[in-house]
Amino acid sequence: MSASDASAVTPRKSASPAVLLFRRLVQRRLVVASLLILFVAAFCAIAGPWIAPYAPQRMDIAHRLSPPSASHWFGSDEFGRDVLTRCIYGARLSLTVGIVVVLISLACGTVIGVVSGYIRRLDGVLMRVTDALMAFPDILLAIALMAALGASVYDVVIALGTVYTPRVARVARGGTLVLRELQFVEAAEALGATDQRVMRVHLLPNLVSPLLVQGTFIFAASILTEAALSFLGAGVPPTIPSWGNMIAGAQQYMQQATWLILAPGFCILLTVLSLQMVGDALRDALDPRLRRLT
Amino acid sequence: MTEYVLRRIAGMVVVMFIVATIVFLISHIIPGDPAAVMLGPAATADDIAALRARLGLDAPLPVQYLDFMRSVVALRLGDSIFLSRSVMQALIERAPLTIQLTLMAAGLATVLGVPIGVLSAVKRGSVVDQVVTAFSMAAASLPSFWIGLTLIEYLAVRWHVLPVAGYGPPGAGLLERLRYLVMPAIAVGVPNSALIIRFTRTSMLDVLHEDYVRTARAKGLHPATVIIKHAFRNARTQVLTVIGLTVAGLIGGAIVTETVFALPGVGNLVVGAVLRRDYPVIQGALLVISGIYVLINLGIDLLYAVLDPRVRY
Repeated sequence: MSASDASAVTPRKSASPAVLLFRRLVQRRLVVASLLILFVAAFCAIAGPWIAPYAPQRMDIAHRLSPPSASHWFGSDEFGRDVLTRCIYGARLSLTVGIVVVLISLACGTVIGVVSGYIRRLDGVLMRVTDALMAFPDILLAIALMAALGASVYDVVIALGTVYTPRVARVARGGTLVLRELQFVEAAEALGATDQRVMRVHLLPNLVSPLLVQGTFIFAASILTEAALSFLGAGVPPTIPSWGNMIAGAQQYMQQATWLILAPGFCILLTVLSLQMVGDALRDALDPRLRRLT
Repeated sequence: MTEYVLRRIAGMVVVMFIVATIVFLISHIIPGDPAAVMLGPAATADDIAALRARLGLDAPLPVQYLDFMRSVVALRLGDSIFLSRSVMQALIERAPLTIQLTLMAAGLATVLGVPIGVLSAVKRGSVVDQVVTAFSMAAASLPSFWIGLTLIEYLAVRWHVLPVAGYGPPGAGLLERLRYLVMPAIAVGVPNSALIIRFTRTSMLDVLHEDYVRTARAKGLHPATVIIKHAFRNARTQVLTVIGLTVAGLIGGAIVTETVFALPGVGNLVVGAVLRRDYPVIQGALLVISGIYVLINLGIDLLYAVLDPRVRY
């Protein structure tokens, strides 16, 4: 038997689940485009200070409200500040807020949801509190919390984390209720595993897919809500460029300078749309049963 | 059925009790002295002390909590600090506009969402379906305030089709006032129609796979009859669920959009109260809006039984 024959017999090393997932995602062109947009946004957010053509607060009254041109690709605002630069810094803010909100709500929501679904004694209390938090419209709860907390980026993150934690808790609880009836959980219990071990070792790994999908949608929602908070003047302080407060500031100059509204608006649209596309694609890729319906 | 209704109402009372507790907690996580925060840096020590006494902030926390819960049960929401009227009065004055706006937006979202969702399910995989999917995704990705501003720019400022903002001159008739609500209703309704489209489409696809639909088709019934009388009838309850889900989005959208269009509704009241730190108004609005939301969802749950005889409690 020659060497080449031997290699033909050896089974091909199977790809890791992450690689398989990625392969499944990139089969769709729109998803590839969305991932590209998110990559560009993330690059702007990380490399902002180095790639932005100007400083975000640099005013140039002589060139105020100038339309898009070679020196100001997205035009300039009422103080002559470069709109492209501010959009890039806005990406920095929106994506940072989004990611931290996702991490906070995933961490808190998963614990609440899994405990609530697995330890029935606590279910009633935890779910009623979750229901109560979900009885407020997102934006209303967020602005009320902002009124109490203050007006820093830190406060925005706490407020939005509180708003979105119940949504994660719902998903985690739903998943746990299904899983706890399955035999492998029963087996673990029969072997004497503690509640904590069952939740950590047996339940949590099986909840990763639905939580990942929910995390993507919360990312999208928190970018929209952050923009609304900034727009209402109840979000980050106006000195920090954000897509929402750029639009708020542009209201008065809208007629002379449409680009002031369009640029940050398209930034929001593209980022949120891409996140939703990726979220949808993730859900389809992770849950083949849903594919029939889409 | 009666037992189910009673159980649901009891559950609602519990949730509202927790809602009230959350509202109490929110106004007590304010760092520092709430009275000083509300009156701003220009206030004198005497003013602050007077406000503290008026709001009962001198009492120990458990006493404050009991007082608060007692007044919530009695529907006494206290007085606004800046508006020289009670919170209830301020809310009642501004509620009609917000209710009109929310209903118009809900109507628009439903009228857009349900037929488009059905069409997209029936023509699954076609160009129509793809356009609809793209539209619903884009609509869900746009902030309502941005849609509002863009509408003002084009429909009002450039083409003069609709009034720019506000709620009409004093004494304007209902029809005149409704004209002022067209753009705000579009701004609130369109993003919310996205969810309705997607849910309607999914639930229709579910139903269209059922055997009885195939039977109806095989009998030679008109395709429209099959879709409307047989398929949609069974997708109805799920569509109702999603309309209930959008209520929160509609109210949230109205809060933001009223600011864009300078509409003197509840949203404007809340945003003003947040910017001025008028805590009694914020508390009152939180309680009333969440109460309405919980009631609407209860109503929808009870409607299931009416619409779908298979639902038994």
